[in-house]
Amino acid sequence: MILDAKIPAGPLAEKWSKHKFNLKLVNPANKRKYNVIVVGTGLAGASAAASLAELGYNVTAFCFQDSPRRAHSIAAQGGINAAKNYRNDGDSVYRLFYDTIKGGDYRAREGNVYRLAEVSVNIIDQCVAQGVPFAREYGGLLDNRSFGGAQVSRTFYARGQTGQQLLLGAYSALNRQIHEGKVKMYTRTEMLDVVVVDGKAQGIVTRNLVTGAIETHAGHAVLLATGGYGNVFYLSTNAMGCNVTAAWRAHKRGAFFANPCYTQIHPTCIPVTGDHQSKLTLMSESLRNDGRVWAPKTVELAQKLRKGELKVTDLKEEDRDYFLERKYPSFGNLVPRDVASRNAKEVVDEGKGVGASGVAVYLDFAESIARLGEDTVRAKYGNLFDMYYQITDEDPYKVPMRIYPAVHYTMGGLWVDYNLMTTLPGLYCLGEANFSDHGANRLGASALMQGLADGYFVVPYTVGDYLATIGPKPIDTTHPAFAQTKKDVEDRIQQLIALKGTKTVDEYHRELGHIMWEYCGMARSAEGLNKAKGLIAQLKVDFWKNAIVLGENEEFNSSLEKAGRVADFIELGALMIEDALNRTESCGGHFRVESQTEEGEALRDDEHFAYVAAWEYTGEDKPEVLNKEPLVFENVKLTQRSYK
Amino acid sequence: MNLTLKVWRQKNASTKGAFVTYKADGISADMSFLEMLDVVNEGLIHKGEDPIHFDHDCREGICGMCSLYINGQPHGPKRAITTCQLHMRTFHDGQTITIEPWRAGPFPVIKDLAVDRSAFDRIQRAGGYISVNTGGVPDANEIAISKVLADEAFNSATCIGCGACVAACKNASAMLFVSAKISQFALLPQGQPERYNRAMAMVEQMDKEGFGSCTNTGACEAECPKEISLTNIGRMNRDYFTAKFLKEEEEHKS
Repeated sequence: MILDAKIPAGPLAEKWSKHKFNLKLVNPANKRKYNVIVVGTGLAGASAAASLAELGYNVTAFCFQDSPRRAHSIAAQGGINAAKNYRNDGDSVYRLFYDTIKGGDYRAREGNVYRLAEVSVNIIDQCVAQGVPFAREYGGLLDNRSFGGAQVSRTFYARGQTGQQLLLGAYSALNRQIHEGKVKMYTRTEMLDVVVVDGKAQGIVTRNLVTGAIETHAGHAVLLATGGYGNVFYLSTNAMGCNVTAAWRAHKRGAFFANPCYTQIHPTCIPVTGDHQSKLTLMSESLRNDGRVWAPKTVELAQKLRKGELKVTDLKEEDRDYFLERKYPSFGNLVPRDVASRNAKEVVDEGKGVGASGVAVYLDFAESIARLGEDTVRAKYGNLFDMYYQITDEDPYKVPMRIYPAVHYTMGGLWVDYNLMTTLPGLYCLGEANFSDHGANRLGASALMQGLADGYFVVPYTVGDYLATIGPKPIDTTHPAFAQTKKDVEDRIQQLIALKGTKTVDEYHRELGHIMWEYCGMARSAEGLNKAKGLIAQLKVDFWKNAIVLGENEEFNSSLEKAGRVADFIELGALMIEDALNRTESCGGHFRVESQTEEGEALRDDEHFAYVAAWEYTGEDKPEVLNKEPLVFENVKLTQRSYK
Repeated sequence: MNLTLKVWRQKNASTKGAFVTYKADGISADMSFLEMLDVVNEGLIHKGEDPIHFDHDCREGICGMCSLYINGQPHGPKRAITTCQLHMRTFHDGQTITIEPWRAGPFPVIKDLAVDRSAFDRIQRAGGYISVNTGGVPDANEIAISKVLADEAFNSATCIGCGACVAACKNASAMLFVSAKISQFALLPQGQPERYNRAMAMVEQMDKEGFGSCTNTGACEAECPKEISLTNIGRMNRDYFTAKFLKEEEEHKS
């Protein structure tokens, strides 16, 4: 299949304006004749649902949490980028575009990324108008900071909880539309399938998590804003409920899955303490602005530190290796996430890791506290320091933090064209759930930007074009495809409920996570990936024989919920391995040990891999088919990233 | 460490619940409280028993989903954290821990330790927003806001909507929650045009949901994981009374 990304022709800076003009409009009086389904109420979903309802469409929105305000966008700490150039430090739309393309290691589309940078400025205006309390300076204007890998200060923030404040902004806009009757909101409801009628997405099947009721909902278009799939690794910084099910079900109904192997490992997380660990806690990488990353210079010193024979504060300056500053003099501690993560892994693999487990490096604020004073450091990072103290029982004002990388974000996702439509007509995908803007690596403070760009400023235009094309003919759930898809969902639930084996679903999930982290984590090799392929195939067979699923469908049943999600994660894991095997180059978050420079940095292969890998589902246990969308670079010159 | 748990079990909203005692053995001090419950649940599942149902999601203290009443305190014995941020090092070997759901009329139990907090959403829907559509808004820096006010609005905005304030209050009052949202907007210039109508609408919805009144004991403030201050309630009352007078004036005019 030829993948048409529908990138408008013409100069980069004019693409979006021209495209907006060329998109069809829906007559204002006809908008109320359309119903749009929005699944997920994080930044992308809530902003899309609110914006579409404001335009006059009827919206039906769904979330699995008990309130739309709790989607995992809420946990983003650091900030949101926008090319406002309020700091007069040389920022521009073009620079944000360039940084994002380069940061993504030249594996994203120029057209999409430029549009993202272009609308970034509108997002900040919108949020301020909604009453989002961004940090301000004494003059009353907005404050900015520089953030992971950026050499300009373009990040807007709300202390350490930018995500919650932006989400509450979108949630308030959504609430207003619910109040006005334009959005019908379903909470504690999970989407379990897409209904396809005549080759178009026209509805979904959901399960009410409290009563178990399986219901169908019809819509002229279906928008998935269901987040990333980082929990395939079991341990990640994602919330416990984050899952791939909605996207995976859509994939099985015809939506291609793009670049599944592109996962981001975040460098500054609190290290694992034991097998009981259920999730990992990220600390904003803004910490790297003032914290210095280091490890002891020798293995002997590291061993002494681990055994407690030596106190970290007693370690002499000359015995510390500030490895990021040493290897990357111009970027230092602010190198992109993938580079910072890989270097931490390298140090640990060399035996220089610290903490009881030896799987951590230090992030030290002693120098900043001496330079700025404890009060200034507290004002900037107080809540992060408190959080670290809560979890580890160590005071980071006195001893350096211990950090280690953890899975944080997934750049891959459902393939979408410039209009954010998947390969299944009428099905759109927004935010982290799609693959579109971050290439092989996402820059810090760009996830919030993309979620809100998609929801507030892209999809309200592009969905209109599709709706105008199909016309306002009423649709409902009477088409036989609804009953059939509902039956498919019910059958699968019955299969799950019938599992009365010996291993809990969490045990399978943990096992899957181990396989993925070991072989498809920070460094990947053909040998490891092939091994993982076999292990996952076995795991899948074993799961469907020996898992324990308790209770019945007609109740609040967490055992059943988890089982369905883990079953999908296992299948996704297999596809990630396939994708990682196919991509024999290293790029961004995807590091193939076979492809590195003499200095041990990621080595891209633009000749063979400057494409989006979009995988097509062809049937149960059949190999997925690879479709390639070539990436065309008309404006930027592809260079090997160097942060030296 | 080894612990004894007394956990509230209730099949659904329409059946009666009761405390059930469980043993939690071999618990590590590094575990979070919810990880301790995960371990207990894994044991129950292996025995074919229904696991203890509790709400949780982000496990880093920001989503507001977790909600346990632990030894008589919402989110347990420590200040300014949620249950998911509570670590087992707070407890000692051999201790008995009583775990209940939020107890408040407007928060009916759904199952075991999970309650229905949709009343909070309905209060927000009544007016917890600034009525602006997407697009067509002024440049962000056209609105200068003094840092003091912006910071104070932020302090009010940090509420995570967990409901601990209601659970802590002997009257099941939701005033801390409602006043935090009213204050955030009342402090900001963007919130002025709808300031009094907002206060009116949200308070009316709060009363309709059946939450009790505030009698200034301050239990809500003491238990709030985000340390939302009682001052917010003062601000809300001021705006609510002003709204009452404004509305009366309008009535005289007509």
